[in-house]
Amino acid sequence: MTDTACVLKVENLCKSFGEIKVLCNISFSVQKGETKAFIGPSGTGKSTLLRCINQITEPDSGNVWLDGEEVTNSGIRINYFRQKIGMVFQNFNLFDHLTVQKNVEIALLKVRGMTPEEATKKAIFELERVGLADKADCYPAQLSGGQAQRVSIARALAMDPDVMLFDEPTSALDPELTREVLEVIRMLASQGTTMLIVTHEMRFALSVANEVLFMENGTIAERGTPKDVLNDPGFERMRKFIGKIEEYR
Amino acid sequence: MTDPLLSILMDWLPYLLEGVVLTLVLVVAALGIGLLLGLPMALGQIYGSKPVRYIIEVYVWFFRGLPLLVLLFLFYFGVFPALGLDIPAFVIAIAVLGMRGAAYQSQIFRGAILSISEGQMTAARSLGMTRWQAIRTIILPQAMLIALPGWSNEYPTVLTDTSICYAIGVMELLTRTSQIVSQTYLTMPIYLACACVYIAMNYAGMKCLNMLENKVMVPGFGHAST
Repeated sequence: MTDTACVLKVENLCKSFGEIKVLCNISFSVQKGETKAFIGPSGTGKSTLLRCINQITEPDSGNVWLDGEEVTNSGIRINYFRQKIGMVFQNFNLFDHLTVQKNVEIALLKVRGMTPEEATKKAIFELERVGLADKADCYPAQLSGGQAQRVSIARALAMDPDVMLFDEPTSALDPELTREVLEVIRMLASQGTTMLIVTHEMRFALSVANEVLFMENGTIAERGTPKDVLNDPGFERMRKFIGKIEEYR
Repeated sequence: MTDPLLSILMDWLPYLLEGVVLTLVLVVAALGIGLLLGLPMALGQIYGSKPVRYIIEVYVWFFRGLPLLVLLFLFYFGVFPALGLDIPAFVIAIAVLGMRGAAYQSQIFRGAILSISEGQMTAARSLGMTRWQAIRTIILPQAMLIALPGWSNEYPTVLTDTSICYAIGVMELLTRTSQIVSQTYLTMPIYLACACVYIAMNYAGMKCLNMLENKVMVPGFGHAST
């Protein structure tokens, strides 16, 4: 693929917390419309990796590029890049004092400088996309976990990001609610949204991702297409890990 | 037949009511100054640089550490005269109550801000908000909701504290009450009347604050642990 289709590029990303090396020389690039799934044991730096991409956590070294522009060391311009990098969190992090609609609108108003009419129109559009337009006037505390996570997806989508980062979007949800959130993510994948997903939902990862990356001890230990991961003998460790997780499903 | 006690009370009532007005002005001004200074102080203590945090800490330590009466005397007999300023006792009382209120209020707001989960800031920043935008539009509105019940407590505290301004001769409710007592020698009835007025002011103020709480309440806010 040509470099023009490369939306996100991560090069030699390193991060330590004190003595603990959380990320060691992580490199990969993401093409437009591609979905990458990051799997692996807890504490191997998957979430830290996502947070280093939009600089919510500052990496020690290495570079991140978005559409050919450097995100790392971008100073005040980071706020511009963050608009283009949507993020969805394990705990939703909806703004508890605002209605569902205002949650989606607020950044459009304050960051993008839209008029209230434009912002409302956009918010309703995105809420319809995740099937929650009827909840526009609810407060976050009145939603189920699955609904809350779908609102947070709508909130991120409203900024028209070039790439979406999902940090364990279903880890706080029961299986039924997990399903409704995964369905939304699956829909986004089918619509060509560029996504990075950290997840423990193995079957989902294997069915929705173009590439699965297995992280261990702060490195990408193995990576490949879902087909190769399942069939190729070279993916012994990843298969063993997936098997271990699926055993208890 | 007119009760002589009642007629004496009625005679002095306008004088007493002027004291009520003055007391209310003291309370509102003190709470207002406390809010105006206390909120930025809370922000400074949490988000500020080390010297800023240190200065605020010393300020809070000073104004919370001294009895109100000592503070009033210090400023009335000490600080302002030493600066060569001839400032009316009433203004000094407002300044002292306000500065002291700011110290207490800053800690109410500080606690409220700190109680808001880190994820709120992370989510705001990840949408492209600047730190200040996130504080203003996401953190502070939530902190205010959380702080309101604790802040409401400042009203009866400051209201009753205003009576101490009697000591520097501010013509508020208690000062006037004492004057009436010394003129009429009706000690108990007059002080009882004074007490009733304080209770009534307290009740009315708390009712207003309760109404405000109900008005700004967000369904489920503070109960969900997300």
